[in-house]
Amino acid sequence: MTTAAPPLAPTATRVAALRRARAGTRLRRAALLAGLLAAAVALTLTVGRSVTPPLDVLRVLAGQDVPGATFAVRDLRLPRAVLSALAGMSFGLGGIVFQTLLRNPLASPDIIGISAGASAAAVLGIVVLGWSGAAVSVLAVTAGLAVAALIYLLSWRDGVTGARLILIGIGLSAMLDSMIAYVLSRAPAWTLQDALRWLTGSVNGATADQALPVLAALVVFGGTLIARRGTLEAMRLGDDTAAALGVPLTRDKALIVMAAVGLIAVATAMAGPVSFVAFLSGPIALRIAGPGRAPLVPAALTGALLVVLGDFAGQHLLPGRYPVGVVTGALGAPFLIYLIVRAHRTAGGRT
Amino acid sequence: MTVAAALPAIGAIRRTRRTRLGWLAAVLGLLALSALLSVGLGTREVGLSDIAAGLRGGSDTIGQAVVAVRVPRTVLGALAGAALGLAGAVMQGVTRNPLADPGILGVNAGAAMAVVIGMAWFGMATLHAFLWTAILGAGLAACLVYVIGSLGPGGATPLKLALAGAATAIATTSLTTAIILPRNDIAGGVRSWQIGGIGGATWEAIVPCLPFLLAGLVLSLTSARSLNLLALGDHTAAGLGARVARARATAALGAVLLCGATTAICGPIGFVGLVVPHLCRLLVGPDHHWLLPFSALTGAVLLILADVLGRIVARPSELDVGIVTALVGAPVFIWIVRQRRPRDL
Repeated sequence: MTTAAPPLAPTATRVAALRRARAGTRLRRAALLAGLLAAAVALTLTVGRSVTPPLDVLRVLAGQDVPGATFAVRDLRLPRAVLSALAGMSFGLGGIVFQTLLRNPLASPDIIGISAGASAAAVLGIVVLGWSGAAVSVLAVTAGLAVAALIYLLSWRDGVTGARLILIGIGLSAMLDSMIAYVLSRAPAWTLQDALRWLTGSVNGATADQALPVLAALVVFGGTLIARRGTLEAMRLGDDTAAALGVPLTRDKALIVMAAVGLIAVATAMAGPVSFVAFLSGPIALRIAGPGRAPLVPAALTGALLVVLGDFAGQHLLPGRYPVGVVTGALGAPFLIYLIVRAHRTAGGRT
Repeated sequence: MTVAAALPAIGAIRRTRRTRLGWLAAVLGLLALSALLSVGLGTREVGLSDIAAGLRGGSDTIGQAVVAVRVPRTVLGALAGAALGLAGAVMQGVTRNPLADPGILGVNAGAAMAVVIGMAWFGMATLHAFLWTAILGAGLAACLVYVIGSLGPGGATPLKLALAGAATAIATTSLTTAIILPRNDIAGGVRSWQIGGIGGATWEAIVPCLPFLLAGLVLSLTSARSLNLLALGDHTAAGLGARVARARATAALGAVLLCGATTAICGPIGFVGLVVPHLCRLLVGPDHHWLLPFSALTGAVLLILADVLGRIVARPSELDVGIVTALVGAPVFIWIVRQRRPRDL
């Protein structure tokens, strides 16, 4: 590291050089991730039940009518790829924000109950009220926010500690899971398989209508998060330090949490709680991007990559057709155990 | 301690014993009452005369036929509740952890996944095969969660164990779904492996489990002394002559037998093992000689009452008992978490 700078340069210069080098590395790696994502999307657009020549795909994307390819590419594969990528980005971004805020890689929204809240509301809306589309999104976002607020309130006792918040989240998500189970048990038998499929997370039969709310949420909430990343960075140092640095804690924290919950909830309402994507993206992105600031954009890209490739694998690489959540769930389980083992070895598992 | 100083202590012990015997009588009475409610209440209410006739084997009226169906269900509820309550008390003792519960620690989910794998890949169909697989799955999950949760400095703190358990439960549940989804032939049974219930109980299903439950019961109850010693901390326990590792393994094996056998017939039922020992500790104190049998009895009462509640609130349909216990138990979990100081989590 010191070889890049002259040996007698002042420390500030060396730090600046190091920082520049690191920023450059991070930018290159983020670009690499984006490239990989583009390649993955291109792959899912080209390969389906039949393989469409890349040139035809490009012509369809450009708006031309190609006999035999337009329907498969424009109406089937494109919405699916777009929804996968957008939902994956939402999960990845929402997940890393929670992991950063609570300073624990295991405190992702799918473990502490935020996803369970959104799922419960979505299942209720779909099965009992017969809603669909944007109405379900609104319901899921409301429920996600309510659950987040409830977790926060319940863990308030002379202040909130991360450990208590996580445990209370686990307790609440057990309740919400049993509510989901109850609603499903009242569902007609022929919708049960569908409901199960949705509950593991699936982008089967995706339409542009589903992708739009996710896109809107990504623009609004994701934009908020990226704009507040400085605050998030300060909060990583702990509440006291952040307050000393002049960050208006309560307001900014509330804003950040609301944006992250919004991202998770909308994506959950549209694609189902795709298992472990919110949890996996952050730690993977951290390893790719290297040390430094919380890798928000790499985490979003990683999430998208996970969902797009997971869906592809579930559709074409495995015997039989599996929804994407099954693939990410199977991938996530061993990684989760590895992470717990590591987290405990390094930090003692305390927050 | 001098004799004079010891006298009040002996008085206190006598008083405690009287209180405990009083609570024991109360719990036994509650058990009888809840069993009566369980046989009498439901979609159709049955009068006392029909219950009496039905218990003698009559099936002349609809009421008596209903009794014939509800009696095995009540017995299964009592057995499952006792097993889970006892298993919870043992787990909390073994891990010295107030949040230990076969549901939260992912043990029930592990048992359910093992059974589903056996059904889907090995074509298992007999109850005996289910039992062995469920116990194997419960044991593997318990070991995995405990090993993961106790890595690193500080040992098995409540937070680490609960996180390891929650993570394992999510992982096994998603794998279970992955196995079942493409298999329409066994998908009908999916729900019973995700939500525990005691509806549809028959004597044919209950009898094969009894040896396992009995073995678990004996192992657990005989561990009372070593659990008392373990509560003092590993070093003190070893100093007092306990073989720490062996005591822990024996007690844990008992708990695993109880959870595995219960899950094999009822599916995963959570939170009974969490709530019951805490309640019993308030009633009879932390001595495991009393705590363990009390947890078994109270567990039976709780599960039967939860089942009755599920039948009443959702009439004419039913709420599976696993749903009711989660809705009742999770708030207790949250309350326990709130009671503890942050550095004890």
